[in-house]
Amino acid sequence: MTDPIIKFDKVVKRFGDLTVLNKLDFEVQRGEKVSIIGPSGSGKSTVLRILMTLEGIDGGVVTVDGEPLWHEKAPDGTLKPASETHLRKMRTQLGMVFQQFNLFPHMTVLRNITEAPVKVLGLSKKEARQRAEELLELVGLADQAQKYPGQLSGGQKQRVGIARALAMRPNILLFDEPTSALDPELVGEVLNVIRKLADEHDLTMLLVTHEMRFAKEISDRVCFFDRGRIREEGTPEELFTDPNEDRTREFLAAVLDEAPGTTG
Amino acid sequence: MHWTEYFGPLAEGAWVTVQLTVYSTILGAILAFASGIGKLSSNWAIKAVSVAYIEVFRGTSLLVQLFWLYFALPLAGMALGIDLRLPPVMAGVLALGLNIGAYGAEVVRGAIQSVHKDQHEAARALNFTSRQTLWTITIPQAIPEMMPSFGNLAVQNLKDTALVSLISLGDLTFRAEQIRNFTQDSTTIYSMLLVAYFGMALVLTALMRGLEAYVSRWRMAGS
Amino acid sequence: MLFGFEWDLSSPLAFALSILPILLTGLLVTLQATVVGFALALVLGLVWAVLKAAPSRIISWPVSVVIEFIRDTPLLVQLFFLYYVLPEYGIVLPAFMTGALALGIQYSAYTAEVYRAGLQAIGADQREAARALNLSSARTFTHIIVPQAIPRIVPAMGNYLVSIMKDVPVLSVVTVLEMLNVAKIVGDRTFDYLIPLSLVGALYLITTLVASAGVRLVDTWLPKEGIPLK
Ligand SMILES: Nc1ncnc2c1ncn2[C@@H]1O[C@H](COP(=O)(O)OP(=O)(O)OP(=O)(O)O)[C@@H](O)[C@H]1O
Ligand SMILES: [Mg+2]
Repeated sequence: MTDPIIKFDKVVKRFGDLTVLNKLDFEVQRGEKVSIIGPSGSGKSTVLRILMTLEGIDGGVVTVDGEPLWHEKAPDGTLKPASETHLRKMRTQLGMVFQQFNLFPHMTVLRNITEAPVKVLGLSKKEARQRAEELLELVGLADQAQKYPGQLSGGQKQRVGIARALAMRPNILLFDEPTSALDPELVGEVLNVIRKLADEHDLTMLLVTHEMRFAKEISDRVCFFDRGRIREEGTPEELFTDPNEDRTREFLAAVLDEAPGTTG
Repeated sequence: MHWTEYFGPLAEGAWVTVQLTVYSTILGAILAFASGIGKLSSNWAIKAVSVAYIEVFRGTSLLVQLFWLYFALPLAGMALGIDLRLPPVMAGVLALGLNIGAYGAEVVRGAIQSVHKDQHEAARALNFTSRQTLWTITIPQAIPEMMPSFGNLAVQNLKDTALVSLISLGDLTFRAEQIRNFTQDSTTIYSMLLVAYFGMALVLTALMRGLEAYVSRWRMAGS
Repeated sequence: MLFGFEWDLSSPLAFALSILPILLTGLLVTLQATVVGFALALVLGLVWAVLKAAPSRIISWPVSVVIEFIRDTPLLVQLFFLYYVLPEYGIVLPAFMTGALALGIQYSAYTAEVYRAGLQAIGADQREAARALNLSSARTFTHIIVPQAIPRIVPAMGNYLVSIMKDVPVLSVVTVLEMLNVAKIVGDRTFDYLIPLSLVGALYLITTLVASAGVRLVDTWLPKEGIPLK
């Protein structure tokens, strides 16, 4: 295998007394589609939030594309905490799709997608607009460009959220439970878009989800998180049909029971 | 002097009152944004200046501020060897604007802080700088939040302009006082004066509501 | 000389110290006007709030207009009105009382709103619960609603108390010798406005800080769940 694009090396994360990640080791290969499943509070979102630089770390090293994310190499080779400049540089690799969409409610759909490319990447308005229109086409919302987020359904909002993240051309796209805030009948349209993206070979995807069938379908690998550690990981077939660990089996039994015939 | 003859001078005064209100409200809004944002700054010097301004002008009385600017400032200037005598209009606009700006600052600060943390996270994920986040994400969303309080402050400011009559500026109240001195017709003149302020306040309130609807268009959309 | 205190013009510091007692005499009047005005505002505001909540529109609507009218017109003009118009109808009040009355009227428009919001915030579910317990509406009001409304009302009222204090200088126009008026007189006689007016500013700053701290203290001390009336 080549160098991983994401590497967590003994990463520790605490909130006060609560240790959420306890020396987590975790790797993702370039172009790999990885699903993260696990019980509530096991640290799934925290992993994504650390990658998106929304949350710092208390120990260990996170590497993205060979460069430390939360550290910078000093001239003498030692690591020191990252500056905002370094974080900004690193962030260009990553994009995130939020559970609650987090669209900018005061901007039209089009501006939600063009604002960052224009202001941050320095694209011309015309270029940004062109790119946005392509992306809206991709997520099936070409006719909604002039609406405000408040005028869209949850499923539409999330598809705009995906288009907005993609507009920054990230190498790595992070999804934090992208469908769990949606009414059941709207889940499918969002999953279809994510499925389309999964067919792109270059894009590395990290997906926290409760949609087991979907995870099984699109992932190269599934990781079962439990109490800030990867309890078990493997191909979807291995993990879903024949888990080694009792904890995994219990968890799967519980979620599959609770949501029979998960939408996919 | 028949009471219908009061209209001429009162209208002249009302025009001065309108101008005072407009200028001092604009000055107040600028100061409110500057110091409300300044109070949230991570730069301690900016923060200290903002907090000091807000506390001093909220902690003292408007009339004291007006008198200080009009009567005391020139003397302070004299001690420093500079001419700080202000014409009444300047003193009036400055005092009103400084005063209302300090109250507005708290409104601005509160509205900015009320913008949900999710919005900041989305902005960070899209790699906006903190300044870009403030100006393109936070403030545009905070403005509709400020509008109801700004409406109240604008009416407050309109009422406060009456105080400038005490430094002999020819506003609505000043003209009414002149007429009363001349005619002793207190009941009529003060009733007219009250109604005039009431009418102006209603118009101002309607204007502020219109402005509020305008800056909150996106909120009305859909939901 | 004012109120029996001489001023000492030998140096700015001596001047400041010598007029301090004079200003404090004025501050006392300011505080008195604040307290009387506030008391009137509390009572009158309650009257407005009760009338406005009247089931009949024939009462509630005109009261709303009156409240709006009071709220939208300047204190100074209301004060002039009372000072010059009341005597024409045979009502002659001392300047201080006229001033306090003007403060009370102006702020009653604000306190009425505080009462209304405070009572309304005790949601319908509480009233419903009281009805389910078969409490009479009078008992519901005094035993359930008012005790819960008090902690909501007090902080807002406290802020208006501080606002009233800052509006007292307006009373100087009808010759009330509150602090600003006193400072102005000293200035007129000594041709030095800088020191008296700056001192008034400083004294205001101190007084409002103390008053605001007091309001916050009362606020933290009040139990949020409500106060039993017995
Ligand atoms: N900002 C925070 N402050 C304190 N504790 C936090 C914070 N963020 C997360 N936590 C705690 O860290 C733990 C892990 O949180 P995380 O959000 O990563 O869980 P999760 O696996 O995503 O769970 P869920 O499935 O509920 O989203 C939880 O116990 C949570 O309460
Ligand atoms: Mg989570």
